[in-house]
Amino acid sequence: MALYDKRRRRNKIAMGLSLTATLFGLAWLVLILGVLLWEGFSGLSLAVFTQMTPPPGSAGGLLNPIMGSLIMTAIAVAIGTPLGILAGTYMAEYGRHDKLTEVVRFINDILLSAPSIVIGLFIYEVMVAQMGHFSGWAGAVALAVIVVPVVVRTTEDMLILVPDTLREAAASIGLPRSLMIRKIAYRAARAGMVTGVLLAVARVSGETAPLLFTALNNQFWSLNLNAPVASLPVVIYQFALSPYSDWQKLAWTGALIITLAVLALSIIARTLAAQGKSS
Amino acid sequence: MPSTRRRPVVDVALQGVAAEISERSDRADVIQRLRRGDVAFRWMTRLAAVLVLVILGGIIVALVRGSWPALRHFGLNFLVQESWNPVTNKFGALAPVYGTILTSLIAMLIAVPCGLLIAIFLTELCPMWLRRPIGVAIELLAGIPSIIYGIWGLFVLAPFLQQHVQPFIIDLFGNIPVLSDLFAGPPYGIGVLTAGLILAIMVLPFITSISRDVFDAVPPVLKEAAYGLGCTTWEVWRYVVLPFTRVGVIGGVMLGLGRALGETMAVTFVIGNAHRISPSLFAPGTTISATIANEFTEAVGDLYTSSLIALGLILFVITFIVLAAARLMLMRLNARVGR
Repeated sequence: MALYDKRRRRNKIAMGLSLTATLFGLAWLVLILGVLLWEGFSGLSLAVFTQMTPPPGSAGGLLNPIMGSLIMTAIAVAIGTPLGILAGTYMAEYGRHDKLTEVVRFINDILLSAPSIVIGLFIYEVMVAQMGHFSGWAGAVALAVIVVPVVVRTTEDMLILVPDTLREAAASIGLPRSLMIRKIAYRAARAGMVTGVLLAVARVSGETAPLLFTALNNQFWSLNLNAPVASLPVVIYQFALSPYSDWQKLAWTGALIITLAVLALSIIARTLAAQGKSS
Repeated sequence: MPSTRRRPVVDVALQGVAAEISERSDRADVIQRLRRGDVAFRWMTRLAAVLVLVILGGIIVALVRGSWPALRHFGLNFLVQESWNPVTNKFGALAPVYGTILTSLIAMLIAVPCGLLIAIFLTELCPMWLRRPIGVAIELLAGIPSIIYGIWGLFVLAPFLQQHVQPFIIDLFGNIPVLSDLFAGPPYGIGVLTAGLILAIMVLPFITSISRDVFDAVPPVLKEAAYGLGCTTWEVWRYVVLPFTRVGVIGGVMLGLGRALGETMAVTFVIGNAHRISPSLFAPGTTISATIANEFTEAVGDLYTSSLIALGLILFVITFIVLAAARLMLMRLNARVGR
């Protein structure tokens, strides 16, 4: 009976701990989001979206960094998505069992969680150092390097889920393989592939480290991608570490905007993926 | 047309391009063209796949090339030297490497037990209707960009620790020999311990979601058999689930470790950026990524820049090894589960 009690007690303790840990983990989420909403919403106004970043001590908004982030993210996705989809296609459709796919999958998984600051250094070396100046293009390419592995991974996963019977049906009526992939497999896996792209956008829109020394920062309105371009995360970084309280306020507001955008993207991605699975 | 059985090839394949090709085109031509398109597409996908490898190769080559001046100038001393002095042009990686490893270690000490416990909760205890919401919440936590953790750590966590937690701990351990050194010094708020804490919060969702997936992969028969023998939930987890999934759990933990080692923004805000190795966990320190983020754009002189890139190379090598090991372990588990 003593042993029985001991086992039950141990079980109770372990389960109690696991409940506590869950509450602990959720508490952080609530704390972080709570403070973010509290600090961010109080600074949110129309001016944030219509005015430039101010010099310290005066009012202003975040228009130029928001634009910069949007443009660089768009270019990064435009470069990274086709490459990622093609690579994922090879892995799922042509070389599902060959050596190259195995190696690429392994390396891709490593790139997926490689430190983003190292990617910044890489682009600095190959673009900024060669061109002699910081530029929006360099920032966009750095982000594209982050987009590729995310898209490769989801594309491959989603194409593998497409039933082989569809492919066989297409092949049996004489459809060439490339057309079968583009017209049948892509269509069947579309929801999942879009999810991958959305997740990549979410991932990229919060990235700061790779932009620090590629796109740098810009106090002024500039859409010239051959010059330094402001981006929301970098501005948040600069403003949060500054001693000026109105800059810090803007940093919180910017943080709120990014977080809401990222959360919205990942929720949309999730619902899309769920729909894709159920249909 | 004699060969009606070949008609579908052309009709189906050319839905979109039919108008352009039209009647005058010879069927053989069309098929030729399709074949060429097929080959071209195949090669495009193959090239894109190879590109992934090229990116990795490019990263390594660029980092080695960039760090070459520093590595040649300092040799292996770069790894063991503590001083980091832009004025005298003396650079050593010891302090950042030490900081990187120490903060990640603190993070793992907190996040691993927590993450596993949450995964146990999610797979064994949690009522079905709550599983999805909590799982999603934890994955959302993983999606929050690291800069948010950083700004939150700087403005919320650090002041809180400085005012309420650190003075208390300093008083508490002040007279105990080893601990008084570990928790010495003025409560700055920012420092190695705070950075470790923030990292722990960041890594927690990764470890949780991977362990949950891994625990879910255990065949229910095994668990049911153990429950049938009268095992408690804890015993089922400890003696059935854990042994079965050990490789996967270690893989997940190392994946989290890889993230913690390379994390930049969350750490840069709260580490304090001091190039020294202090025994106290409350003292400011630095990590590889924080050093690069802070100093790269302000670095003057080739040797300074090159030393920073060399730090990046060290970081890449460390994380590459950790992540590769993690992936190999997860692959081994998947092979065993037969997925």
